[in-house]
Parts: sequence; structure tokens; C-alpha cells
Amino acid sequence: MSSLSRDDVANLARLARIEMTDEELENLTTEFGVILNAVARVQEVATTDVAATSHPLPLKNIFRSDVVIPSLTPEEALSGAPASEEQRFRVPQILGEEA
Amino acid sequence: MIKNSAAEMSAALSSGATTSVALTQAHLDRISEVDGKVHAFLYVDTQGALEQAKKIDDARARGEKLGPLAGVPLALKDVLVQKDVPTTCGSKILEGWRPPYDSTVVANLKNAGVVILGKTNMDEFAMGSSTENSAYGPTHNPWDLTRIPGGSGGGSSAALAAFEAPLAIGTDTGGSIRQPAAVTGTVGVKPTYGGVSRYGLVAFSSSLDQAGPCARTVLDTALLHEVIAGHDPRDSTSINAPVPQVVAAAKSGDVKAMKIGVVKELNGDGYQAGVRQRFEESLELLAKAGAEIVEVSAPNFEYALAAYYLIAPSECSSNLARFDAMRYGLRVGDTDGASAESVMNMTREVGFGREVKRRILLGTYALSSGYYDAYYGSAQKVRTLITQDFNKAFEKCDVMVSPTCPTTAFKIGEKADDPLAMYLNDIATIPVNMAGIGGMSLPSGVAPEDGLPVGFQIMSPVMQDQRMYSVGAALEAALLSKWGSPLLSQAPELGGAA
Repeated sequence: MSSLSRDDVANLARLARIEMTDEELENLTTEFGVILNAVARVQEVATTDVAATSHPLPLKNIFRSDVVIPSLTPEEALSGAPASEEQRFRVPQILGEEA
Repeated sequence: MIKNSAAEMSAALSSGATTSVALTQAHLDRISEVDGKVHAFLYVDTQGALEQAKKIDDARARGEKLGPLAGVPLALKDVLVQKDVPTTCGSKILEGWRPPYDSTVVANLKNAGVVILGKTNMDEFAMGSSTENSAYGPTHNPWDLTRIPGGSGGGSSAALAAFEAPLAIGTDTGGSIRQPAAVTGTVGVKPTYGGVSRYGLVAFSSSLDQAGPCARTVLDTALLHEVIAGHDPRDSTSINAPVPQVVAAAKSGDVKAMKIGVVKELNGDGYQAGVRQRFEESLELLAKAGAEIVEVSAPNFEYALAAYYLIAPSECSSNLARFDAMRYGLRVGDTDGASAESVMNMTREVGFGREVKRRILLGTYALSSGYYDAYYGSAQKVRTLITQDFNKAFEKCDVMVSPTCPTTAFKIGEKADDPLAMYLNDIATIPVNMAGIGGMSLPSGVAPEDGLPVGFQIMSPVMQDQRMYSVGAALEAALLSKWGSPLLSQAPELGGAA
């Protein structure tokens, strides 16, 4: 049974873009041990001859016509933005200064 | 007036015995009176509701043809967006956000003339079974204010049980409509997956999420079902087929010659004695109404919970990536020189609650290279096995039934620190979501040991939703004649005029 170390959990938090406190990491490390143990039960019956189901409906390639339909105005689209400028979302710097 | 069914309110509106403005005001007054105790609502849209009510009254006065629910008030779960009305999903990360568009469910409600009273409390992003995970504080069960109203849609179920609204909308990913209905003595339906559009439903687990109707009677639930259901080109997973005739089924309530399959695995150990007793009694009533009761087996259901807690977190870790502090919602730490990544990290740390973070990380792990096959991949295979169990069982019966939940409502705080114990609430509701079929919960009485409501679950095959309404209506009628009055009349008064 695989278990996760505190460093593993810290790495998951980094991948998920969540800064976590030491206390949160400690708690999650303990909880994951229990939860992973419980969910690993799926492996008991998931044999190679069973197909995977990703979705309840057998849907394939739902297309629509390539025509313009009414949509949000720029003002509406930006109405919830934490910051905007010149009809654009204003975001913190994406590249480091050395880039 | 507020204790009537939506169908009765509709009749009173049609006959001119009341107006939508008066009816809406009566519910707004009730909310002012009792919601301080119940906390079903996160936002009450007094002005918007009264304006819509006036519009419907004016249309009626002009002799316009109106739908059956025109002018009847409704409570909307805060996970569905409504233009210009705050939508939080029970999360700090969306505090104060006012969506610039209507979800299709809301658009359908508005077109039908339904009056939306406000937005109801929920577990953050619909992750939970108690509404304790709301960033805005828990909702209290009107049957006993120290107990949970179920979750994630505890605000909607509590609003119904407290007579703050006769109709409500919920969403059900693993039981979030049916379990709250069960523990509050109300009715809740998860339609077939794809039966109701997900456009504007803030996604938790896209392959499982489904919006549905909640009310105090089976017929009211059916009336609301037909208002919100139907194909929507904006949701590519919505089913392009006629809506099942659920109102006709709820009106007839005919179960003669129907075969009702009792799921062997969803009973027995782990189910509270009073829950089992009410379930057995309901089966007897259905048999008396002319249905044939058979036993069916679904051996893989015991793996459903484990599979669910891999699939739902996996999908949620992907879906909640959209909360990145860039385009809407909370932004924290945007000081001079801060990078986008550090702003994102800090915002998600502050904006998400404990359960949401737990599931995002669990999903990130289950999808990660090296573990994908063992966890997410295996869970998808279990999903196939569960669907096969349903298909086999439905060869022997028209609907399947079980208790909705293993227990009645537990105390607020009782399971808050034990995620696995909390997850066990959904053991009987999750298989339905895994297979995408329909499920209903309706009250079957109170458990003798604690006097709290017990739910009876009915499951019907894909796009055969009318079957669960037939069975639900038959059971409801039989129970009503046994009790003499609706179950909710046994709930304590919350104070104030009835």
C-alpha cells in the first residue's frame, strides 16, 4: 500500500498551486494515509479485462455550426475581473525579471 | 398559504385567490422570521423577486397564457449562476462575484415565470454531505437545529422544510439532492445525467454533476422537473431527446404490474434500525398498491464509494483550476513585483476551504504520472462494473429501491473531523451518479428511535425518469393516507405565524 510523505504532499500542493501551511501539510499527510487506503479498494476488481468508463453517455464529437451567436460584451466579460486595463484582464507578471 | 404545495399555490394564483406579489411577500416574511435560525439562504433577492412577481401578476391580468409554476417562488442553490445576483458556491474565492449571464436552468425558470427568492447555502463547491463546509457557516436542519440538513444542498432542503420556499433547485454529484431531501423529510430528484443542462452550473465533477428539482411533494418536483429539463445546445452533454413525461407519471401514480427491485447490497449492516423499518414498511405499501417486489443484486456497489472518491476529486482538481485569481473572483497578494504564480498560490490558499483543498490534492495525486492507472484508471473500470450491475438488475425490474441514507441527520460537528465517516453518508446514492441514471428520494416516515425523517430512494434507468415518479407518487399517496397529514406537519414550529 502506497503512502505519501509530507514532501509528497507538499509537491502535490505545489502542482495544484496552493500555498499551504506546515500544519495543513501535516494534517493532509495523515489524512491521505487513511483515504488512500480506503480508495485503493478499486484495485481489487479493476482487472485488465474491464473497460474504463469516463462518462455516462456514449457521446462522440458534438458539433455546432460555425456561426457567431450573441455573447458577452467586453464590459460584461471584465465585470468580475480583479483588475482590468484597456478592455483586458490585468494580471501580475507572468515571466520572472531575468526572463 | 406558505405551507401549501406549489401545485396548490399555482391553483390559487390561477383562480385569483392570491397574487404572486402576495405569495412572494409571504415567503420573504417567513425568511426574515426564521432564517436567522435555519441559515438556508446566502442571499435573498427581495427586489428581484418582487419585480418578477409583479411582472407575472401583470401578465396574468392581461390574460396571457402562463405555465403551471408562473408566480410560484423558488430557492436556488448557489452553485447555479444568475445574472447580476451574487454567486459564491459557498466559497470565499467567489465572494462578491456577480455573474454576467444566466445559467440555462435559471433562464428556463425565468421563462416559466418562476420567482427566484435567492441563493441557498451549500458545502463549498458542492463537496460535502452536511453543508458544514460552507465558508459562510452551516445550515441547520429545521427538524432539529443542532443537526445537519444534509449536503451539499442543505440550504435548498432546509428552505423547503422550513417553509421558506415551496420549490428549490439542487445539484447532485454523489447524492447532494437526495441525501438532503432524505434528512429533512422533503423530495429531491436527480434526473438522468444530461437531462438538465449544466450550462452555468459551476462544475465540480463534470461527468457526475446534474441539477434537479426539489420540493415537498412528488407532483411539485415533477412540475419543476419539466420546467428545467430539455436539450441545450450550450451543453454538449445534454441529451437531445424529448423530456420524460414526469408530470403525467406523478399524477397517475400507477404501479400496477411494475416490478420493484430491492437492492440486496444497500441494506442491512450499517443501516440504522429505524431506517430499515421505514424502508420495509414502504415496500409493503407498494406491494399493496399493486407492485411486485423482487430482490436484485449489485455486487460491485461496494466499490462505488472508493471509485467516487477518486473520480470526483480527479475531475475537481481539473475543474477548479479555473479559480486562478486572474479573470474573476478573489485575488490575494498582488503587490508590486509579485508573480502570477505566487498570487495564484496565495489566492487559492486563502480562498479554498479544507475539504476543497483535500480533494484537489487527492485528485492531483490520482491523475499523476505513475499513479494514474492504479487510481483514476481503476476507478473508471469500477464505473463500468457498476453500470453493468444496474443493466443486469434492470432486466429483472422496472425501478430499483433502497434507503436513501444509512442514518438520519447527525449532529453538526459530529463528523467534521473524519472525512471517511462523512463520505459513508453517500454509500447508497453514489452508484446512481456513476451510471448516470435517475434517482429520487422521498420521505418514508420518521425513525422511531430519534423522531427524524427517513428517505426512500427510487432509481430508474437512463431517460426513464417517469418510472421513479410513478412509484414515488404511489408511495406518497399510500403514506399520506396512513399518516393523515404530510410528514412535515410533525416537524417542530420554528416560531412565528404558520
